[in-house]
Amino acid sequence: MLIPSLIDGLLLGFVYGIAAMGLSLIWGVMDVINLSHGPIIALGMFGIYLAFNGLGMNPYLTLLLVMAGGLLLGIVIYGVAVQRVIDAPHLSTLLATFAVNMIIIGIGTAVFTTSPRNVDFSLGSISLGNVSLTWTRILAAVAAGGVTALLYLFLHRTQPGKAIRAVTDNRAAAELMGIPTNWILALSFGLGTMLAAVSGGLIATFFPFTILAGGSYEVKSFVICVLGGLGNPLGALIGGLLLGALEGVIPVLGSLPGIPNIETSWVPVVEFVLFVLILLVRPQGLLGSES
Amino acid sequence: MKKLAYWILVLGLLAGLIVGCGATEEPAPAPEPTEAVEEPVAEEPVGEEVTMVIGFTTSQTGKYNVSSLRQVNGFLLWMNEVNDAGGVQLSDGTVVKFDYKTYDDESTTERVQELYTRLATEDNADLLISPYSSGLTAAASLIAEQYGKIIITTGAASDSNYMEGYTRVFQAYTPSSRYLTGAVDMLAHVDPDVKKVAFVYENDKFSTDVVNAAKEYATGKGYDVVLFEGYDSETKDFGPFINKILDAGAEAIMGGGHFQDGSTFARQVYEKEVGINYFALLVAPPEPDFADLGDAAVGVIGPSQWEPLAEFTPESAAEAGLEWFGVLGADFVSAYEAAYDEEPSYHSMGGYAAGQILQKAIIDADSTDPEALKAAMDAMEMLTAYGHIKFDTSAEAHGLQIGHSMVYIQWQKDDAGNLAKQVVWPLEGKTADPIYPLP
Repeated sequence: MLIPSLIDGLLLGFVYGIAAMGLSLIWGVMDVINLSHGPIIALGMFGIYLAFNGLGMNPYLTLLLVMAGGLLLGIVIYGVAVQRVIDAPHLSTLLATFAVNMIIIGIGTAVFTTSPRNVDFSLGSISLGNVSLTWTRILAAVAAGGVTALLYLFLHRTQPGKAIRAVTDNRAAAELMGIPTNWILALSFGLGTMLAAVSGGLIATFFPFTILAGGSYEVKSFVICVLGGLGNPLGALIGGLLLGALEGVIPVLGSLPGIPNIETSWVPVVEFVLFVLILLVRPQGLLGSES
Repeated sequence: MKKLAYWILVLGLLAGLIVGCGATEEPAPAPEPTEAVEEPVAEEPVGEEVTMVIGFTTSQTGKYNVSSLRQVNGFLLWMNEVNDAGGVQLSDGTVVKFDYKTYDDESTTERVQELYTRLATEDNADLLISPYSSGLTAAASLIAEQYGKIIITTGAASDSNYMEGYTRVFQAYTPSSRYLTGAVDMLAHVDPDVKKVAFVYENDKFSTDVVNAAKEYATGKGYDVVLFEGYDSETKDFGPFINKILDAGAEAIMGGGHFQDGSTFARQVYEKEVGINYFALLVAPPEPDFADLGDAAVGVIGPSQWEPLAEFTPESAAEAGLEWFGVLGADFVSAYEAAYDEEPSYHSMGGYAAGQILQKAIIDADSTDPEALKAAMDAMEMLTAYGHIKFDTSAEAHGLQIGHSMVYIQWQKDDAGNLAKQVVWPLEGKTADPIYPLP
């Protein structure tokens, strides 16, 4: 039972990784902790839900719209809430993004209420030996992998991507080199929220959700960012896979000889103990560089 | 440009504040709002009309939304029927009619506590009906007892709520200790060779009470409970539990909790092609919306407080030596479908039955005096379209429902391939043979 559980967990970990990548990108580029990360994940979920239930659109095609919407929303949030306090103490940016968080939740609750929603989209499963995997999770992992690859190509093969990396390294120097850092920061924020929205859209294909559902994934994203290294998108993906693997394997460790049954409710305890240990032992994260 | 952005931000924050305040402080409109009486009637003027205000909360938002709205719809159907028929006439010529006051409890205990206190004090409700769910009802019962208000609970099966020494709490539902025992009996009937059972359940008051009683019953019947594990109410990923079920070699799964988590559990078991032959879940399967799962619903069994196919009649009451009260089940179903354009669930009937209990109590007491109503409910024993109703009057379990029993439904496909609920247990009440093993 360990192998099926591990595979299940890894598939989910890809989606966790995408969510965390968004948070990590914003954090790494502009040193801002985006507390509106959770509600944006939830908005991605609702984007898929509204398109599927209202227009009958395929959820995977709708992801393209969710990506575009997430990008635009992030640019707007940056321009309205973050830009003015980007050079202020960290508390200011925290409060600014927290305010955005409360606004989105308030509007979302008024419009959608807190009743659970479902995207009733099932593609069945595939059996590989004694392992049964649902197609929605497989496709979510494939989509997450694809988005990761696109992000990598964007950051390393395009002018805006290189500009983002330059601003991350040294904003002042980048400004001196003629890079419009304000627009690059807005673009970076938009990319971060786009990744959050995409992760929400993928999660909606296999879990029910409410407008408040993003909160738990936001918390996981923080853990993953610490695991993988702040500002390191690849590290976030690997951290996501690690967290997903833990969530899949811990409950079934009791199937091994000599290990007592571990209830699933202990999983968050293990996750956060690991979080604290990483902070104590290797605060730069598993893939972060010491500086 | 910067000024414009600034004002957009300010307006946005203001909008958020207004929306946020509005979402939490304003009472939500009821499904069929009518004006509530502002002043309670202190005395009963002879030959005149009096209005009893019934207070309750509705889970218009949150995870109990589906079942709660059906419960309230059932109660309001009863209320409108009685009012339209001219109310309840007392021997002194007084005509008793009914009105209600409700708020959105957002499916949270905190809101129930605030709102039932408001209903009992500021709104001066004459009598209370519980919210949906045992957890919320426990909070409401405490408030009702504290303020000396009778509360008829429906949608609340947990036995423990009636072991608290309350004297004004009356339960309409069959208690949770008897929810899954019939599922164990049916398993023994359909496949005596099955021995390994897994209980995976929501970690809340109601579900825990149900599975603890079912586990004890199953163990006593010789079953090996190979997995007994609860999940958090907010659980979305049942993959780890499904893997544990498979690893434990379970042949049957019982448990679940409420509609949302039960539906998700059923869907994920189906998608994973678990290969389990017997699957019984609480609450979710009897809901008509469970059919939205499509093939994932086929074969899933659920205990139900009542089904439209149930046949309680004045004749069956006479045979059982019971007093018949109220309309026939078919009449309730027709009226409900006409009023709400949907099929009633047992939650709907529970709400309706709560109204019938009140109505019968007023008739028996020939009064609306709370003490007289309490005495009438203590002495009540009747058969309705909902079933047998009788309350425990012992000090240890006052108000516990001791007359009513569960039926068990299973979703099956008819000849046209459409999903339909069938009553499969008890044998004397079945409308179809159970599907076994699961397709």
